[in-house]
Amino acid sequence: MRVAFYPGCVSKGACPELYVSAKAIAEPLGLELEELTEAPCTGAGVLSEQNPKLADSLNGLTLAMAESKGASLMTICSTCQGVLSATNHHLKTDTERLAGVNATIGDQGYSYAGTTSVKHLLWILFEDVGLDRIRASIKRKLTGLKIAPFYGCYILRPAEYLGLRERPERKTYLEQLIGLLGAEAVEYSGSTKCCGFPMVTFNRDKSLAMGGNHILEAKDKGADLLVTPCPLCHLNLDGQQPDAARVLRKDIGVPIFHLPQLLGLAFGYSPEELRLDHHVVSTKGALGKVELKV
Amino acid sequence: MQFTIEVGRYNPDGIYAENAKPGAPYPPPWQQAPPRRYQTYTVELPEYAVVLDALIAIREYQDESLAVRCACRSAICGSCAMWINGHANLACKSKLTEFTKDGKTRVETPPSMPVIRDLVWDMKPFWEQHNKVKPWLVGKPLADPSQEYRADNSRMEELIQEVSCISCGCCLMDCESYAVNPEFLGPHALAKAFRYAGDPRDAETRERLGDYSKPGGVWDCTHCYECVAQCPKGVAPLEQILKLRRMAVDSGFTNNAGTRHADAFADSVKHSGRLNELTLMPRSTGLFNVVGQLKTLPSAFNMARAGKLPPLLHKSIPGVKRIKAIFERVGGRFK
Ligand code: SF4
Ligand code: SF4
Ligand code: FES
Repeated sequence: MRVAFYPGCVSKGACPELYVSAKAIAEPLGLELEELTEAPCTGAGVLSEQNPKLADSLNGLTLAMAESKGASLMTICSTCQGVLSATNHHLKTDTERLAGVNATIGDQGYSYAGTTSVKHLLWILFEDVGLDRIRASIKRKLTGLKIAPFYGCYILRPAEYLGLRERPERKTYLEQLIGLLGAEAVEYSGSTKCCGFPMVTFNRDKSLAMGGNHILEAKDKGADLLVTPCPLCHLNLDGQQPDAARVLRKDIGVPIFHLPQLLGLAFGYSPEELRLDHHVVSTKGALGKVELKV
Repeated sequence: MQFTIEVGRYNPDGIYAENAKPGAPYPPPWQQAPPRRYQTYTVELPEYAVVLDALIAIREYQDESLAVRCACRSAICGSCAMWINGHANLACKSKLTEFTKDGKTRVETPPSMPVIRDLVWDMKPFWEQHNKVKPWLVGKPLADPSQEYRADNSRMEELIQEVSCISCGCCLMDCESYAVNPEFLGPHALAKAFRYAGDPRDAETRERLGDYSKPGGVWDCTHCYECVAQCPKGVAPLEQILKLRRMAVDSGFTNNAGTRHADAFADSVKHSGRLNELTLMPRSTGLFNVVGQLKTLPSAFNMARAGKLPPLLHKSIPGVKRIKAIFERVGGRFK
């Protein structure tokens, strides 16, 4: 399946391990990635908050770029997914808004007709690639690992932009996938909550406490690691974890995997190929629990 | 139909009104509180029954010791808000068939609120926050006091969403910022704040915006959308908070991390098409905020050591001219 691949800023900046692992798993999954190299940042909700017209135009441009390739747009970030889904919803349902965007991006040689579908890799796995193909690609079962899913707000809320009313099963894909790969999904209340990232520059201690609490809850329930489809969650949960531990005055030490890293591990890639050695919180303990021989 | 209801009951060792810390600072309540005591009941009810029907049936016919708060039974009074399967909901608006999970429905008070008994939680923190935003109209003086104040219809229409609030507390009980920050005014109070700050007849809009921009105000919301998802009346508190942020910035309340963050963000996207994480954090903290800057250093160091710091040379995306042109056309950060 050919997809217009939108990697997002973070996978090209502070989380290169996400970009590398997403590219790696594309082949076994039969995903042909056509990267949208000229697509701008979504604004991560910050720009739409201050100047909705600006965010509409930037995201309208990205949607138009995917449309001109005649492929679905694939994201690898819950936040990119949320922002692009919201814009897409508005542009598809509000012709005036769409006309406004087209007037702006028209000068740049693009126009959007409203036909693009925006899908996170997590959704594509279940809805397009199919479980059989995933199963067939597994070379290494993750048996013995207890994995806590961490979705990230914007792939869950608001439900109407994300098609969750029509497809409520999207709220369970991470748990299903963890089971499919042979591991056990940890049930805990933090899985659908906020990592604190949107607030980290405004109120650092509270933001880190928020994220840290969720990891601690998962740890209490026996989690060896957390897996997230959102690199911004990853920044707060992994990148800032030592600081969160200081704020909470607790030991944390739970590694956080990106979704494609977990898949890659099951597909037989080495931890180095997935850059699992480039995390702030060491992944060694968790990796020690799986048989790394393929 | 038969339904199984698991009810979080009074537990003398639990966190109750007298010893609870409202707004539960860390460690959060699930770490402090002893495990809840749950009691299971089975009730026979028609397929269309709601959770409250089951609770009333239990109290009437099985266990008169069960404490439940309710009045209107039609999602108007806001008294029956509780946690149903781990999320805030009105018991009188939640159909049992939709809320049966693994053969049962679990109801309890929200862990972020003090409990009075069984399913009755203490609304004190809710009203305390509510009262802090000056929740009343400060009328503009009329040139001719014998005349009434004529408000523009379209301006009043903007307030309709907030006016539907029934003060049930669903938003606050699931608010993620409030769960770690008892200073945070909370979604209900800030939505109410917009109801008055956005009212054309209000005389104190500017003062209000200054107050709401302080710590605990609009910038302490983590943007998690829980309040939007949980509000039973479509108030969408987060959206009202975002309106307040815009209004505050437009009125010149820009000396805060939130505004600097938006500024740095917009600059970065304008000049390179992408986000520059390297400058975002220091610029938002404020370049002259030495203590704030120092606090972020350990994390920056940890990330650099793991090879996770973004490239020092921030590269633009190809075709960045296009992005600049869009910025020129529709304006930058604040239009
Ligand atoms: S969006 Fe803001 S106000 Fe609403 S629940 Fe989340 S933190 Fe609270
Ligand atoms: S905003 Fe909605 S959830 Fe919050 S108190 Fe009002 S009606 Fe209840
Ligand atoms: S009983 Fe009044 S809102 Fe439920």
